[in-house]
Amino acid sequence: MIREDVKLFNFHASPFGQRVIWALKLKGVDYECIEEDIFNKSNLLLELNPVHKKVPVLVHRNKPIAESLVILEYIDETWKQYPLMPQNPYQRAHARFWANFAEQKLLVAARIARLSSGEEQGKAVNEAREAMEKIEEEIKGKKFFGGDKIGYLDIVIGWISYWIPVWEEVGSMKILDPLKFPAINAWITNFLSHPTINDTLPQRDKMVVYYHSRRKEVSPS
Amino acid sequence: MSMYIAKSRLSYIHTNIHRTQEIVCSQIQLFNMTPKILSKDICGRSWNTARCYILDPFVSLACRKTKSEVKLLGAWPSPFVMRARIALNIKSVSYEFLEETFQPKSPLLLDSNPVYKKVPVLINQDKPICESLIIVQYVDDVWSSGPSILPSEPYDRAIARFWATYLDDKWYPTLRSVRGAKGEDDRKKLITEVGEGLTLLEDALNKTSRGKDFFGGDQIGYLDIAFGCFLGWLRVTESLTGVKLLDQVKTPCLVKWAERFCAHGAVKDVMPQTEKLVEFAKMLMAKMAASTPN
Repeated sequence: MIREDVKLFNFHASPFGQRVIWALKLKGVDYECIEEDIFNKSNLLLELNPVHKKVPVLVHRNKPIAESLVILEYIDETWKQYPLMPQNPYQRAHARFWANFAEQKLLVAARIARLSSGEEQGKAVNEAREAMEKIEEEIKGKKFFGGDKIGYLDIVIGWISYWIPVWEEVGSMKILDPLKFPAINAWITNFLSHPTINDTLPQRDKMVVYYHSRRKEVSPS
Repeated sequence: MSMYIAKSRLSYIHTNIHRTQEIVCSQIQLFNMTPKILSKDICGRSWNTARCYILDPFVSLACRKTKSEVKLLGAWPSPFVMRARIALNIKSVSYEFLEETFQPKSPLLLDSNPVYKKVPVLINQDKPICESLIIVQYVDDVWSSGPSILPSEPYDRAIARFWATYLDDKWYPTLRSVRGAKGEDDRKKLITEVGEGLTLLEDALNKTSRGKDFFGGDQIGYLDIAFGCFLGWLRVTESLTGVKLLDQVKTPCLVKWAERFCAHGAVKDVMPQTEKLVEFAKMLMAKMAASTPN
Protein backbone atom coordinates (compact mmCIF):
# COMPACT_ATOMS: atom_id res chain seq x y z
CA MET A 1 0.00 0.00 0.00
CA ILE A 2 1.29 3.42 -0.90
CA ARG A 3 1.06 5.88 1.97
CA GLU A 4 0.30 9.39 0.87
CA ASP A 5 -1.88 12.19 2.13
CA VAL A 6 -5.09 11.16 0.35
CA LYS A 7 -8.57 11.87 1.71
CA LEU A 8 -11.87 11.01 0.13
CA PHE A 9 -15.03 12.85 1.17
CA ASN A 10 -17.84 10.50 0.30
CA PHE A 11 -21.32 9.24 1.11
CA HIS A 12 -21.74 5.48 1.43
CA ALA A 13 -24.54 5.18 -1.14
CA SER A 14 -22.94 7.42 -3.78
CA PRO A 15 -22.22 5.61 -7.07
CA PHE A 16 -19.86 8.49 -7.93
CA GLY A 17 -17.80 8.05 -4.78
CA GLN A 18 -17.67 4.31 -5.39
CA ARG A 19 -15.82 4.91 -8.66
CA VAL A 20 -13.10 6.74 -6.80
CA ILE A 21 -12.84 3.97 -4.19
CA TRP A 22 -12.47 1.31 -6.90
CA ALA A 23 -9.76 3.31 -8.69
CA LEU A 24 -7.76 3.93 -5.51
CA LYS A 25 -8.07 0.29 -4.42
CA LEU A 26 -7.04 -1.12 -7.81
CA LYS A 27 -3.95 1.09 -7.70
CA GLY A 28 -3.18 0.16 -4.10
CA VAL A 29 -3.36 3.77 -2.92
CA ASP A 30 -4.06 4.18 0.78
CA TYR A 31 -6.63 6.84 1.66
CA GLU A 32 -8.72 8.12 4.52
CA CYS A 33 -12.46 7.98 3.88
CA ILE A 34 -14.54 10.73 5.48
CA GLU A 35 -18.24 9.91 5.46
CA GLU A 36 -20.43 12.95 4.85
CA ASP A 37 -23.99 13.24 6.13
CA ILE A 38 -25.69 14.03 2.85
CA PHE A 39 -28.61 15.70 4.66
CA ASN A 40 -26.30 17.87 6.75
CA LYS A 41 -23.16 18.59 4.76
CA SER A 42 -20.07 19.69 6.67
CA ASN A 43 -18.63 23.18 6.33
CA LEU A 44 -15.40 21.56 5.24
CA LEU A 45 -17.10 19.88 2.27
CA LEU A 46 -18.74 23.16 1.28
CA GLU A 47 -15.31 24.82 1.36
CA LEU A 48 -13.66 22.04 -0.64
CA ASN A 49 -16.39 21.96 -3.31
CA PRO A 50 -18.03 25.39 -3.24
CA VAL A 51 -19.28 25.16 -6.85
CA HIS A 52 -21.33 21.95 -6.57
CA LYS A 53 -21.30 21.27 -2.79
CA LYS A 54 -21.28 17.53 -3.52
CA VAL A 55 -19.38 14.35 -2.87
CA PRO A 56 -17.06 12.83 -3.88
CA VAL A 57 -14.14 15.19 -3.31
CA LEU A 58 -10.61 13.82 -3.38
CA VAL A 59 -8.04 15.78 -1.42
CA HIS A 60 -4.43 14.98 -2.28
CA ARG A 61 -1.60 16.94 -0.67
CA ASN A 62 -4.24 19.39 0.59
CA LYS A 63 -5.55 20.14 -2.91
CA PRO A 64 -9.22 19.27 -3.56
CA ILE A 65 -10.53 17.73 -6.79
CA ALA A 66 -14.26 17.34 -7.46
CA GLU A 67 -16.34 15.52 -10.12
CA SER A 68 -15.83 11.77 -10.22
CA LEU A 69 -14.74 11.47 -13.87
CA VAL A 70 -12.19 14.27 -13.36
CA ILE A 71 -10.98 12.53 -10.19
CA LEU A 72 -10.56 9.20 -12.04
CA GLU A 73 -8.29 10.77 -14.67
CA TYR A 74 -6.32 12.56 -11.95
CA ILE A 75 -5.82 9.28 -10.09
CA ASP A 76 -4.69 7.54 -13.29
CA GLU A 77 -2.22 10.32 -14.12
CA THR A 78 -0.83 10.56 -10.59
CA TRP A 79 -0.40 6.87 -9.73
CA LYS A 80 1.01 5.01 -12.75
CA GLN A 81 0.58 1.40 -11.56
CA TYR A 82 -2.48 -0.50 -12.85
CA PRO A 83 -3.22 1.95 -15.72
CA LEU A 84 -6.95 2.57 -16.09
CA MET A 85 -7.06 4.52 -19.36
CA PRO A 86 -6.07 2.80 -22.62
CA GLN A 87 -2.62 3.79 -23.96
CA ASN A 88 -3.77 4.40 -27.53
CA PRO A 89 -5.25 7.90 -28.16
CA TYR A 90 -8.15 6.59 -30.26
CA GLN A 91 -9.07 3.98 -27.65
CA ARG A 92 -8.84 6.66 -24.96
CA ALA A 93 -11.24 8.85 -26.92
CA HIS A 94 -13.52 5.83 -27.35
CA ALA A 95 -13.52 5.12 -23.59
CA ARG A 96 -14.24 8.77 -22.76
CA PHE A 97 -17.06 8.82 -25.32
CA TRP A 98 -18.85 5.85 -23.78
CA ALA A 99 -18.24 7.12 -20.24
CA ASN A 100 -19.86 10.40 -21.22
CA PHE A 101 -22.73 8.57 -22.97
CA ALA A 102 -23.44 6.41 -19.91
CA GLU A 103 -23.52 9.54 -17.71
CA GLN A 104 -25.73 11.64 -19.97
CA LYS A 105 -28.12 8.99 -21.26
CA LEU A 106 -28.24 6.05 -18.87
CA LEU A 107 -27.57 7.57 -15.46
CA VAL A 108 -29.87 10.56 -15.93
CA ALA A 109 -32.76 8.37 -17.14
CA ALA A 110 -32.24 5.71 -14.45
CA ARG A 111 -32.25 8.40 -11.75
CA ILE A 112 -35.56 9.80 -13.01
CA ALA A 113 -36.95 6.26 -13.13
CA ARG A 114 -36.11 5.63 -9.46
CA LEU A 115 -37.74 8.90 -8.36
CA SER A 116 -40.86 9.03 -10.53
CA SER A 117 -43.93 6.99 -11.28
CA GLY A 118 -46.59 6.51 -13.93
CA GLU A 119 -46.01 7.93 -17.39
CA GLU A 120 -42.92 9.88 -16.41
CA GLN A 121 -41.32 6.74 -15.02
CA GLY A 122 -42.33 4.70 -18.07
CA LYS A 123 -40.65 7.22 -20.36
CA ALA A 124 -37.48 7.25 -18.25
CA VAL A 125 -37.33 3.43 -18.15
CA ASN A 126 -37.58 3.30 -21.94
CA GLU A 127 -34.79 5.86 -22.32
CA ALA A 128 -32.62 3.92 -19.88
CA ARG A 129 -33.24 0.68 -21.79
CA GLU A 130 -32.36 2.36 -25.11
CA ALA A 131 -29.10 3.54 -23.63
CA MET A 132 -28.50 0.06 -22.22
CA GLU A 133 -28.93 -1.42 -25.72
CA LYS A 134 -26.06 0.66 -27.02
CA ILE A 135 -23.88 -0.34 -24.06
CA GLU A 136 -24.79 -4.00 -24.67
CA GLU A 137 -23.33 -3.68 -28.19
CA GLU A 138 -20.15 -2.15 -26.76
CA ILE A 139 -19.47 -4.98 -24.28
CA LYS A 140 -20.32 -7.89 -26.62
CA GLY A 141 -17.40 -10.26 -27.02
CA LYS A 142 -15.35 -8.62 -24.25
CA LYS A 143 -14.74 -9.73 -20.70
CA PHE A 144 -14.42 -6.13 -19.53
CA PHE A 145 -14.81 -2.80 -21.34
CA GLY A 146 -11.07 -2.43 -20.71
CA GLY A 147 -10.33 -5.79 -22.38
CA ASP A 148 -8.85 -8.50 -20.17
CA LYS A 149 -8.60 -6.22 -17.16
CA ILE A 150 -10.93 -3.77 -15.48
CA GLY A 151 -10.29 -0.27 -16.83
CA TYR A 152 -11.63 3.26 -16.79
CA LEU A 153 -14.89 2.49 -18.56
CA ASP A 154 -15.64 -0.51 -16.31
CA ILE A 155 -15.20 1.72 -13.27
CA VAL A 156 -17.35 4.50 -14.75
CA ILE A 157 -20.21 2.15 -15.71
CA GLY A 158 -19.64 -0.20 -12.75
CA TRP A 159 -22.45 1.41 -10.71
CA ILE A 160 -25.04 -0.37 -12.85
CA SER A 161 -23.94 -3.74 -11.43
CA TYR A 162 -25.02 -2.86 -7.90
CA TRP A 163 -27.03 0.36 -7.96
CA ILE A 164 -29.49 -0.50 -10.75
CA PRO A 165 -30.95 -3.52 -8.90
CA VAL A 166 -31.44 -1.32 -5.80
CA TRP A 167 -33.05 1.46 -7.86
CA GLU A 168 -35.28 -1.11 -9.58
CA GLU A 169 -36.46 -2.32 -6.19
CA VAL A 170 -37.04 1.20 -4.85
CA GLY A 171 -38.82 2.38 -8.00
CA SER A 172 -40.67 -0.90 -8.67
CA MET A 173 -39.49 -0.96 -12.25
CA LYS A 174 -37.13 -3.01 -14.42
CA ILE A 175 -34.32 -1.70 -16.61
CA LEU A 176 -31.73 -4.47 -16.67
CA ASP A 177 -33.60 -7.49 -18.05
CA PRO A 178 -31.06 -10.38 -18.18
CA LEU A 179 -32.76 -11.85 -21.26
CA LYS A 180 -32.50 -8.58 -23.17
CA PHE A 181 -28.98 -7.74 -22.00
CA PRO A 182 -27.01 -11.02 -21.76
CA ALA A 183 -23.61 -9.43 -22.48
CA ILE A 184 -24.05 -6.76 -19.82
CA ASN A 185 -25.17 -9.40 -17.33
CA ALA A 186 -22.11 -11.53 -18.10
CA TRP A 187 -19.93 -8.44 -17.60
CA ILE A 188 -21.68 -7.73 -14.28
CA THR A 189 -20.85 -11.26 -13.09
CA ASN A 190 -17.19 -10.82 -14.06
CA PHE A 191 -17.02 -7.34 -12.58
CA LEU A 192 -18.60 -8.19 -9.21
CA SER A 193 -16.50 -11.32 -8.81
CA HIS A 194 -13.29 -9.25 -8.79
CA PRO A 195 -12.30 -9.14 -5.08
CA THR A 196 -11.28 -5.45 -5.11
CA ILE A 197 -14.61 -4.49 -6.63
CA ASN A 198 -16.66 -6.70 -4.37
CA ASP A 199 -14.91 -6.03 -1.06
CA THR A 200 -15.62 -2.31 -1.13
CA LEU A 201 -19.34 -2.35 -1.96
CA PRO A 202 -21.60 -0.49 0.45
CA GLN A 203 -24.24 -2.31 2.50
CA ARG A 204 -27.29 -3.00 0.39
CA ASP A 205 -29.92 -2.59 3.10
CA LYS A 206 -28.59 0.84 4.06
CA MET A 207 -28.66 1.85 0.40
CA VAL A 208 -32.26 0.69 -0.01
CA VAL A 209 -33.33 2.74 3.03
CA TYR A 210 -31.54 5.82 1.69
CA TYR A 211 -33.01 5.58 -1.82
CA HIS A 212 -36.51 4.98 -0.45
CA SER A 213 -36.18 8.18 1.58
CA ARG A 214 -35.10 10.11 -1.53
CA ARG A 215 -38.10 8.77 -3.44
CA LYS A 216 -40.47 9.73 -0.63
CA GLU A 217 -39.13 13.31 -0.69
CA VAL A 218 -40.15 13.66 -4.31
CA SER A 219 -43.39 11.67 -4.33
CA PRO A 220 -44.69 11.38 -0.74
CA SER A 221 -47.49 8.97 -1.74
CA MET B 1 0.91 3.43 -44.75
CA SER B 2 2.36 0.30 -43.27
CA MET B 3 5.34 0.20 -41.00
CA TYR B 4 7.05 -2.07 -43.54
CA ILE B 5 7.14 0.69 -46.14
CA ALA B 6 8.44 3.15 -43.55
CA LYS B 7 11.22 0.72 -42.59
CA SER B 8 12.38 0.14 -46.13
CA ARG B 9 12.48 3.80 -46.97
CA LEU B 10 14.28 5.22 -43.99
CA SER B 11 17.59 6.89 -44.54
CA TYR B 12 19.89 7.83 -41.75
CA ILE B 13 21.16 11.33 -41.23
CA HIS B 14 23.55 12.68 -38.65
CA THR B 15 21.93 15.76 -37.33
CA ASN B 16 20.94 17.29 -34.06
CA ILE B 17 18.66 19.92 -35.45
CA HIS B 18 15.66 20.05 -33.15
CA ARG B 19 13.31 21.11 -35.92
CA THR B 20 14.11 18.02 -37.96
CA GLN B 21 13.40 15.82 -34.98
CA GLU B 22 10.06 17.55 -34.61
CA ILE B 23 9.16 16.88 -38.24
CA VAL B 24 10.09 13.22 -37.81
CA CYS B 25 8.06 12.96 -34.62
CA SER B 26 4.97 14.37 -36.29
CA GLN B 27 5.40 12.12 -39.31
CA ILE B 28 5.82 9.13 -37.01
CA GLN B 29 2.50 9.95 -35.38
CA LEU B 30 0.84 9.51 -38.77
CA PHE B 31 1.85 5.90 -38.60
CA ASN B 32 0.47 5.72 -35.05
CA MET B 33 3.90 4.74 -33.85
CA THR B 34 5.72 6.24 -30.95
CA PRO B 35 9.25 7.47 -31.61
CA LYS B 36 10.52 4.89 -29.12
CA ILE B 37 9.08 1.97 -31.09
CA LEU B 38 10.35 3.30 -34.40
CA SER B 39 13.85 3.96 -33.18
CA LYS B 40 14.11 0.56 -31.51
CA ASP B 41 12.80 -1.43 -34.45
CA ILE B 42 14.56 0.31 -37.26
CA CYS B 43 17.79 1.67 -36.01
CA GLY B 44 18.14 0.47 -32.41
CA ARG B 45 19.37 3.84 -31.35
CA SER B 46 17.80 6.11 -28.81
CA TRP B 47 16.62 9.61 -29.52
CA ASN B 48 18.99 10.89 -26.89
CA THR B 49 21.99 10.51 -29.14
CA ALA B 50 20.72 13.53 -31.10
CA ARG B 51 20.74 11.58 -34.30
CA CYS B 52 17.46 11.43 -36.04
CA TYR B 53 15.91 9.90 -39.04
CA ILE B 54 14.28 11.64 -41.86
CA LEU B 55 11.86 9.88 -44.09
CA ASP B 56 12.78 10.00 -47.76
CA PRO B 57 10.71 11.92 -50.34
CA PHE B 58 8.51 8.94 -51.32
CA VAL B 59 7.41 8.40 -47.76
CA SER B 60 7.18 12.15 -47.14
CA LEU B 61 4.73 12.34 -50.00
CA ALA B 62 2.71 9.55 -48.47
CA CYS B 63 2.82 11.42 -45.18
CA ARG B 64 1.45 14.57 -46.76
CA LYS B 65 -1.30 12.53 -48.35
CA THR B 66 -2.12 10.95 -44.99
CA LYS B 67 -2.13 14.39 -43.34
CA SER B 68 -5.03 15.60 -45.52
CA GLU B 69 -6.97 12.53 -44.41
CA VAL B 70 -7.93 14.58 -41.39
CA LYS B 71 -11.46 15.82 -41.84
CA LEU B 72 -13.68 17.82 -39.55
CA LEU B 73 -17.43 17.69 -40.00
CA GLY B 74 -18.90 20.86 -38.55
CA ALA B 75 -21.08 23.94 -38.76
CA TRP B 76 -19.93 27.57 -38.64
CA PRO B 77 -22.24 28.73 -35.79
CA SER B 78 -21.37 25.86 -33.46
CA PRO B 79 -19.14 26.71 -30.49
CA PHE B 80 -18.39 23.01 -30.09
CA VAL B 81 -17.07 22.78 -33.65
CA MET B 82 -14.93 25.83 -32.93
CA ARG B 83 -13.20 23.95 -30.11
CA ALA B 84 -12.03 21.25 -32.51
CA ARG B 85 -10.87 23.84 -35.07
CA ILE B 86 -8.86 25.81 -32.52
CA ALA B 87 -7.18 22.62 -31.27
CA LEU B 88 -6.23 21.60 -34.82
CA ASN B 89 -4.97 25.12 -35.54
CA ILE B 90 -2.79 25.14 -32.41
CA LYS B 91 -1.14 21.95 -33.65
CA SER B 92 -0.88 23.30 -37.24
CA VAL B 93 -2.74 20.25 -38.55
CA SER B 94 -4.01 20.55 -42.12
CA TYR B 95 -7.56 19.30 -42.33
CA GLU B 96 -10.50 19.41 -44.63
CA PHE B 97 -13.49 21.23 -43.16
CA LEU B 98 -16.85 19.84 -44.24
CA GLU B 99 -19.81 22.13 -43.54
CA GLU B 100 -22.75 19.94 -42.50
CA THR B 101 -26.01 20.46 -44.35
CA PHE B 102 -28.38 19.33 -41.56
CA GLN B 103 -31.55 19.39 -43.62
CA PRO B 104 -31.38 16.50 -44.02
CA LYS B 105 -28.38 15.29 -42.00
CA SER B 106 -25.67 14.04 -44.35
CA PRO B 107 -24.91 10.30 -44.71
CA LEU B 108 -21.38 11.05 -43.47
CA LEU B 109 -22.74 12.53 -40.24
CA LEU B 110 -25.19 9.67 -39.68
CA ASP B 111 -22.45 7.09 -40.34
CA SER B 112 -19.72 8.70 -38.33
CA ASN B 113 -21.82 9.73 -35.32
CA PRO B 114 -24.73 7.29 -35.20
CA VAL B 115 -25.21 7.73 -31.43
CA TYR B 116 -25.79 11.49 -31.30
CA LYS B 117 -25.91 12.51 -35.00
CA LYS B 118 -24.24 15.82 -34.05
CA VAL B 119 -21.25 17.92 -35.03
CA PRO B 120 -18.34 18.18 -34.55
CA VAL B 121 -16.97 14.86 -35.76
CA LEU B 122 -13.25 14.55 -36.36
CA ILE B 123 -12.29 11.87 -38.84
CA ASN B 124 -8.62 10.85 -38.70
CA GLN B 125 -7.50 8.06 -41.03
CA ASP B 126 -11.14 7.00 -41.42
CA LYS B 127 -11.71 6.76 -37.65
CA PRO B 128 -14.40 9.07 -36.25
CA ILE B 129 -14.04 10.85 -32.92
CA CYS B 130 -17.09 12.62 -31.46
CA GLU B 131 -17.82 15.09 -28.64
CA SER B 132 -15.84 18.33 -28.73
CA LEU B 133 -13.84 18.03 -25.51
CA ILE B 134 -12.96 14.44 -26.35
CA ILE B 135 -11.79 15.62 -29.79
CA VAL B 136 -9.63 18.35 -28.20
CA GLN B 137 -7.95 15.83 -25.88
CA TYR B 138 -7.50 13.39 -28.77
CA VAL B 139 -5.84 16.09 -30.90
CA ASP B 140 -3.54 16.91 -27.96
CA ASP B 141 -2.64 13.20 -27.58
CA VAL B 142 -2.05 12.44 -31.27
CA TRP B 143 -0.16 15.57 -32.32
CA SER B 144 1.94 15.60 -29.19
CA SER B 145 4.93 17.33 -30.78
CA GLY B 146 2.96 20.56 -31.19
CA PRO B 147 2.27 23.05 -28.35
CA SER B 148 0.47 21.31 -25.46
CA ILE B 149 -3.21 21.97 -24.99
CA LEU B 150 -3.73 20.33 -21.60
CA PRO B 151 -1.49 21.46 -18.72
CA SER B 152 1.40 19.18 -17.87
CA GLU B 153 0.66 18.69 -14.14
CA PRO B 154 -2.14 16.26 -13.14
CA TYR B 155 -3.66 18.73 -10.66
CA ASP B 156 -3.76 21.57 -13.22
CA ARG B 157 -5.28 19.15 -15.75
CA ALA B 158 -7.95 18.19 -13.20
CA ILE B 159 -8.82 21.86 -12.60
CA ALA B 160 -9.04 22.53 -16.35
CA ARG B 161 -11.29 19.47 -16.82
CA PHE B 162 -13.43 20.45 -13.82
CA TRP B 163 -14.21 23.89 -15.26
CA ALA B 164 -14.77 22.52 -18.77
CA THR B 165 -17.34 20.10 -17.32
CA TYR B 166 -18.97 22.96 -15.38
CA LEU B 167 -19.20 25.01 -18.57
CA ASP B 168 -20.87 22.21 -20.54
CA ASP B 169 -23.13 20.86 -17.80
CA LYS B 170 -24.21 24.08 -16.07
CA TRP B 171 -23.09 27.41 -17.49
CA TYR B 172 -23.74 27.08 -21.22
CA PRO B 173 -27.17 25.43 -20.81
CA THR B 174 -28.14 28.38 -18.59
CA LEU B 175 -26.87 30.86 -21.19
CA ARG B 176 -28.82 29.09 -23.92
CA SER B 177 -32.03 29.11 -21.92
CA VAL B 178 -31.88 32.92 -21.51
CA ARG B 179 -32.93 33.24 -25.17
CA GLY B 180 -35.91 30.94 -24.66
CA ALA B 181 -36.93 32.36 -21.27
CA LYS B 182 -40.65 32.64 -20.63
CA GLY B 183 -41.30 36.00 -19.04
CA GLU B 184 -39.13 38.76 -17.65
CA ASP B 185 -38.74 37.21 -14.16
CA ASP B 186 -37.48 33.95 -15.60
CA ARG B 187 -35.07 35.81 -17.88
CA LYS B 188 -33.72 37.93 -15.00
CA LYS B 189 -33.16 34.82 -12.86
CA LEU B 190 -31.25 33.07 -15.64
CA ILE B 191 -29.16 36.17 -16.40
CA THR B 192 -28.22 36.36 -12.71
CA GLU B 193 -27.11 32.72 -12.82
CA VAL B 194 -25.00 33.35 -15.92
CA GLY B 195 -23.40 36.30 -14.14
CA GLU B 196 -22.67 34.21 -11.04
CA GLY B 197 -20.98 31.64 -13.25
CA LEU B 198 -18.85 34.34 -14.84
CA THR B 199 -17.74 35.47 -11.38
CA LEU B 200 -16.60 31.90 -10.65
CA LEU B 201 -14.75 31.81 -13.97
CA GLU B 202 -13.08 35.19 -13.25
CA ASP B 203 -11.76 33.64 -10.05
CA ALA B 204 -10.67 30.49 -11.89
CA LEU B 205 -8.79 32.63 -14.44
CA ASN B 206 -6.91 34.45 -11.71
CA LYS B 207 -5.93 31.16 -10.08
CA THR B 208 -4.95 29.14 -13.15
CA SER B 209 -3.29 31.86 -15.25
CA ARG B 210 -0.82 32.73 -12.47
CA GLY B 211 -0.63 36.28 -13.78
CA LYS B 212 -0.29 35.29 -17.44
CA ASP B 213 -2.62 36.04 -20.35
CA PHE B 214 -4.67 32.84 -20.55
CA PHE B 215 -6.18 30.09 -18.39
CA GLY B 216 -3.41 27.96 -19.86
CA GLY B 217 -0.69 30.48 -18.95
CA ASP B 218 1.36 32.03 -21.76
CA GLN B 219 -0.49 30.09 -24.42
CA ILE B 220 -4.14 29.20 -24.90
CA GLY B 221 -4.96 25.81 -23.43
CA TYR B 222 -7.81 23.41 -22.80
CA LEU B 223 -9.90 25.70 -20.60
CA ASP B 224 -9.35 28.73 -22.85
CA ILE B 225 -10.71 26.65 -25.74
CA ALA B 226 -13.56 25.16 -23.68
CA PHE B 227 -14.77 28.62 -22.54
CA GLY B 228 -13.64 30.89 -25.36
CA CYS B 229 -15.77 29.09 -27.93
CA PHE B 230 -18.87 30.46 -26.15
CA LEU B 231 -17.86 34.13 -26.47
CA GLY B 232 -19.74 34.58 -29.75
CA TRP B 233 -23.00 33.28 -28.25
CA LEU B 234 -22.39 35.25 -25.06
CA ARG B 235 -22.26 38.41 -27.17
CA VAL B 236 -25.42 37.34 -29.02
CA THR B 237 -27.23 37.01 -25.67
CA GLU B 238 -25.95 40.46 -24.61
CA SER B 239 -27.19 41.91 -27.89
CA LEU B 240 -30.64 40.29 -27.70
CA THR B 241 -31.26 41.07 -24.02
CA GLY B 242 -29.52 44.45 -23.84
CA VAL B 243 -27.68 43.24 -20.71
CA LYS B 244 -23.90 43.38 -20.41
CA LEU B 245 -22.83 39.97 -19.09
CA LEU B 246 -19.04 40.18 -19.47
CA ASP B 247 -18.54 43.41 -17.60
CA GLN B 248 -15.50 45.58 -16.89
CA VAL B 249 -16.53 46.12 -13.27
CA LYS B 250 -17.44 42.58 -12.21
CA THR B 251 -15.14 40.52 -14.48
CA PRO B 252 -12.27 42.77 -15.60
CA CYS B 253 -9.77 39.95 -16.15
CA LEU B 254 -12.23 37.98 -18.27
CA VAL B 255 -12.88 41.06 -20.42
CA LYS B 256 -9.14 41.39 -21.19
CA TRP B 257 -8.81 37.63 -21.65
CA ALA B 258 -11.73 37.60 -24.12
CA GLU B 259 -10.04 40.25 -26.30
CA ARG B 260 -6.74 38.35 -26.30
CA PHE B 261 -8.46 35.03 -27.01
CA CYS B 262 -10.44 36.36 -29.98
CA ALA B 263 -7.31 37.99 -31.44
CA HIS B 264 -5.22 34.80 -31.14
CA GLY B 265 -3.92 33.30 -34.37
CA ALA B 266 -5.56 29.94 -33.77
CA VAL B 267 -8.93 31.55 -33.03
CA LYS B 268 -9.58 34.64 -35.11
CA ASP B 269 -10.36 32.91 -38.41
CA VAL B 270 -12.78 30.43 -36.85
CA MET B 271 -14.65 32.78 -34.49
CA PRO B 272 -17.87 33.76 -36.27
CA GLN B 273 -18.79 37.46 -36.40
CA THR B 274 -21.32 38.42 -33.74
CA GLU B 275 -23.63 40.12 -36.30
CA LYS B 276 -23.85 36.91 -38.34
CA LEU B 277 -24.58 34.90 -35.19
CA VAL B 278 -27.28 37.37 -34.11
CA GLU B 279 -28.98 36.98 -37.52
CA PHE B 280 -28.70 33.21 -37.22
CA ALA B 281 -30.14 33.27 -33.67
CA LYS B 282 -33.08 35.42 -34.79
CA MET B 283 -33.76 33.00 -37.63
CA LEU B 284 -33.71 30.05 -35.19
CA MET B 285 -36.05 31.83 -32.78
CA ALA B 286 -38.46 32.66 -35.61
CA LYS B 287 -38.48 29.01 -36.69
CA MET B 288 -39.18 27.88 -33.14
CA ALA B 289 -41.99 30.42 -32.72
CA ALA B 290 -43.52 29.27 -36.03
CA SER B 291 -43.45 25.61 -35.02
CA THR B 292 -44.84 26.13 -31.49
CA PRO B 293 -48.66 25.91 -31.37
CA ASN B 294 -50.45 28.90 -29.72
